[in-house]
Amino acid sequence: MTMTKPKLAVWKFASCDGCQLSLLDCEDELLAVAGAIDIANFAEASRDIQPGPYDLSLVEGSITTAHDAERIQEVRRLSKYLVTIGACATAGGIQALRNFQDVKEFMAIVYASPHYISTLATSTPIADHVHVDFELRGCPINKQQLLEVITAFLHHRRPAISAHSVCIECKLRGNPCVMVTQKMACLGPVTHAGCGAICPSYNRGCYGCYGPMESPNTKSLSAWLEKLDVAAPDVARLFRSYNAAAPAFKEAGDRHE
Amino acid sequence: MSINQPDLPAQSFRIDRTGLDELLAALKNRGYTLVGPTVRDHAMVYDELTGTQDLPVGKGDQQEAGTYQLVDRGDAALFGYNLGPHSWKKYLFPPRHKLWQAELTDDGLAFSEPDQATPPKYAFIGVRACELHAIQVQDKVFAGGDHRDAHYCRTRERAFIVAVNCSQAAATCFCPSMNTGPAVTSGFDIALTEVIAADAHYFVMQAGSQLGQAVLDQITPCLADSTEIQAAAQCVANARAQMERQLDTADIQNLLYRNAENPRWEKIAQRCLSCANCTMVCPTCFCSSVEDTTDLTGSHAERWRQWDSCFTLDFSYLHGGSVRTSTRAQYRQWMTHKLASWIDQFDTSGCVGCGRCITWCPVGIDITEEVRLMRENDMASSENSQRGGR
Ligand code: SF4
Ligand code: SF4
Ligand code: SF4
Ligand code: SF4
Repeated sequence: MTMTKPKLAVWKFASCDGCQLSLLDCEDELLAVAGAIDIANFAEASRDIQPGPYDLSLVEGSITTAHDAERIQEVRRLSKYLVTIGACATAGGIQALRNFQDVKEFMAIVYASPHYISTLATSTPIADHVHVDFELRGCPINKQQLLEVITAFLHHRRPAISAHSVCIECKLRGNPCVMVTQKMACLGPVTHAGCGAICPSYNRGCYGCYGPMESPNTKSLSAWLEKLDVAAPDVARLFRSYNAAAPAFKEAGDRHE
Repeated sequence: MSINQPDLPAQSFRIDRTGLDELLAALKNRGYTLVGPTVRDHAMVYDELTGTQDLPVGKGDQQEAGTYQLVDRGDAALFGYNLGPHSWKKYLFPPRHKLWQAELTDDGLAFSEPDQATPPKYAFIGVRACELHAIQVQDKVFAGGDHRDAHYCRTRERAFIVAVNCSQAAATCFCPSMNTGPAVTSGFDIALTEVIAADAHYFVMQAGSQLGQAVLDQITPCLADSTEIQAAAQCVANARAQMERQLDTADIQNLLYRNAENPRWEKIAQRCLSCANCTMVCPTCFCSSVEDTTDLTGSHAERWRQWDSCFTLDFSYLHGGSVRTSTRAQYRQWMTHKLASWIDQFDTSGCVGCGRCITWCPVGIDITEEVRLMRENDMASSENSQRGGR
């Protein structure tokens, strides 16, 4: 085929780089990716950065500075399709814990000269700032799902990514439920699928790193967790992690604080 | 497929654990893959077995709505447990299954059968009465009518069934309400009852098919005497006496149909997580979704089938959106299908009273209790329709 390959860009905002790394982590498939798509802008992989516009932009990270709030507008202008990858870009990430506290206090504790720091009071998801075409969940994302999103984009179809509970993945794997057998706290029933139920497969409860599933009944789950003797502050803590600012988890955390 | 043949001599035999090992070895020699109960991750699950040592020796369980715990029985029982989270559907109707694959060639798409097109010949060890009924319910879905499921039929026809009568019931069991147990009556090749007395541990055994008889003849068991047959019958009677839950099925179709708008559904929805665990563990639930995937180059495609559930939004996605968007509608669909519309569809209930959905619901929603509450708040009774249910 002599058609020009679609151009891909990978962007980083406030994040740990783990999600972009998932792309490099596609060792076996990386050549196929490079064969199908022109990786035009991916600073973590190459210094050869080609100018936009881009057919597909993968955006990692949340908006935590005024500068980034402007930069995301530019990314949107340059991108035909914009897909966010990971909990930071999709829900604000772990750094959104600042939304519940006073950021100035944090800075005073952490930095010797806090006046050098220029930051916003909140960490917000990309979709709060620009139109997002698809949100890929996870902390970090699952590389198979990333490949599926890229493949779906290449073939102009909807990505086959399910929004139901982690429990379905648990059951497909044949895991006996850790809540039912061991009274362990598990967020699986209210968490978005995609990881393949990694944590319960290793005998621990899900801590919700994929964020809320399509119809999260956090009220009922929290009430049951309290019946299992999980104290209210611990229930709040369960919801206050990588997806603390995702609305369903935020409300659940607020209710138990 | 195992069909009970009434012309078989109704003889009962007696074997001990060594005899059972011989039986398993005989099945292995005939090319069967042995699958049955074993302990893993704090529960009894179904997996491949090498012999009786892999069974849950001396293990029992305590079950209630939303909880399950393995316990030591203090004896050497091999089948002293009740049902766990797995059912035989994981073999007959696998959780994920490739239907076909295709390559893009110069002459267009070339389709081919997936590698696992010929499933193993399974011997199911330890199938309980309600589970035999569940298999028969799924037979109607996958092997009845004009559209037979090839993979299901191939696996089912070749499967050998060693059934086991229940000697104890879990607190979540209610098979007598559904007329499915605890006694094994048909649909097996060999049936066992485990008898544990102060000084004896043996199995009373019958053949349920010519094939079962042939396997049984191979291990030359001795005939059971009347005391032993009596003791086995007593075990099943004990299980029946232990049943705590029941589900009143009288006029159940009309009850659920006329209560489609009962406010009770909203009450359940406040607790229900729409997590789908109940449908996954249910031995009769048969819903799946089919997904086509392509690789990056677009030259290789696959079609996969995977368990799905009426509790997901995608499952009821039709042109323009999902038709069941509320948990209220999802739970109503689940319970009404299991207990009522299943009867219209397949001439049998979709519930065999195994209790799995009660135990494995992470928030302990109990189908027997919900039916009881629906009756109590039946909109047909004038008192309730005035106050609009509870
Ligand atoms: S272990 Fe967690 S994710 Fe798995 S079935 Fe139980 S509640 Fe659901
Ligand atoms: S089980 Fe939960 S916490 Fe663990 S990887 Fe999956 S979504 Fe994340
Ligand atoms: S509805 Fe519940 S009790 Fe009935 S067969 Fe299914 S899992 Fe068992
Ligand atoms: S009834 Fe229980 S297991 Fe079923 S979807 Fe609701 S919460 Fe999950």
